[in-house]
Amino acid sequence: MKLDTTGLESALPLFGANCQMVDGFTAAPAFELPTTLDFDGFQKEAIQMVKPAKGTTTLAFIFKEGVMVAADSRASMGGYISSQSVKKIIEINPYMLGTMAGGAADCQFWHRNLGIKVCRLHELANKRRISVTGASKLLANILYSYRGMGLSVGTMIAGWDETGPGLYYVDSEGGRLKGPRFSVGSGSPYAYGVLDSGYRYDMSIEEAAELARRAIYHATFRDGASGGVASVYHVGPNGWKKLSGDDVGELHYKYYPVTPSTVEQEMVEVSAA
Amino acid sequence: MSRFSPYDNNGGSCVAIAGADYCVIASDTRMSTGYNILTRDHSKIYKLADKCILASSGFQADMKALQKLLAARHLIYQHQHNKQMSCPAMGQLLSNTLYYKRFFPYYTFNVLGGLDNEGKGCVYTYDAVGSYERVGYSAQGSGSVLIMPFLDNQLKSPSPLLLPAQV
Repeated sequence: MKLDTTGLESALPLFGANCQMVDGFTAAPAFELPTTLDFDGFQKEAIQMVKPAKGTTTLAFIFKEGVMVAADSRASMGGYISSQSVKKIIEINPYMLGTMAGGAADCQFWHRNLGIKVCRLHELANKRRISVTGASKLLANILYSYRGMGLSVGTMIAGWDETGPGLYYVDSEGGRLKGPRFSVGSGSPYAYGVLDSGYRYDMSIEEAAELARRAIYHATFRDGASGGVASVYHVGPNGWKKLSGDDVGELHYKYYPVTPSTVEQEMVEVSAA
Repeated sequence: MSRFSPYDNNGGSCVAIAGADYCVIASDTRMSTGYNILTRDHSKIYKLADKCILASSGFQADMKALQKLLAARHLIYQHQHNKQMSCPAMGQLLSNTLYYKRFFPYYTFNVLGGLDNEGKGCVYTYDAVGSYERVGYSAQGSGSVLIMPFLDNQLKSPSPLLLPAQV
């Protein structure tokens, strides 16, 4: 199988004064594959041991003032919550964000790879920033070449480039979609319900942030695999900025405060005689 | 007809807790296979750099291979940069090293503990294929599901994702 290794090649020369290759055990531009006849069966077993953390709610939408990106922060392995503080919004570079859904390691590695190798190399070679269209296409091509090998990536690339705000959905099946609104993850149906009904193109930044926050909150309320902290980021012409990070448990009591109810009869303590 | 499996689980657990200017790392020393104990005296903790300690549970052969690889990379780093690797740098190196074996994973569950560049305690926790995050405390291995709730009860610190930051 021909894998797209453009993201893995080292910028340094293979031999000579400043090379990294020492006895062939650094940065070989390829993934080691197990020498087995049954690759798929092996991957199935290996993944059983690895049990990638999944279950999530992420969303992003374009509006008048730019792109709003929000996500929860829970990682679950089966019924065990392995972390409540996972960073699911990955800062690729100061003006582009990626969201994480699916395999945590897959998303982290390929976004890091995208930012460091692909985007920065483009900037250095072409003396201008890479467009959101370009970055998402390069990521989609890389993921497509690993199609069928078990990667699990469901990501949204959000950014602001010369053409304005950009939002693409890219996944490990090789799919790439351009659109104004996306939600990805096990909690996405719940998030879509809130997001689609409250969405208007001309919202202010505060209104859009509150819509995103509420959508994540409602998804964490109903979906057991989503929870933790709802993070909200805004991408504008000057890059991204984190707007808020709220514990969803506290958001619940903020949206639905407990009203003290009147009781007809109260129990009174009887003093010990 | 059972297929040869290159993996085995040698059990054990590791814990790391970060303080203001220190970090503690602990592990048990039992190495087992199935219900058999192979030894009662095998440490899962390995010092990678002055301010960076790795503790891993899981398959000890993969752990040994990983330790050797990271130690060798650290030596090269020292030759090239004339200084020890910092814990955050080693943290990312470990993540990349694990991910390069994405299709034939190291069956190790790692916790990296040490001091960051400012001298504050830091703990990085990993899954088997390299996803990592910096946390205040973490447990990995067979006892992690028992240890983590206890640490949550005794140590619960506010999530680093909260903004405005609540310390």
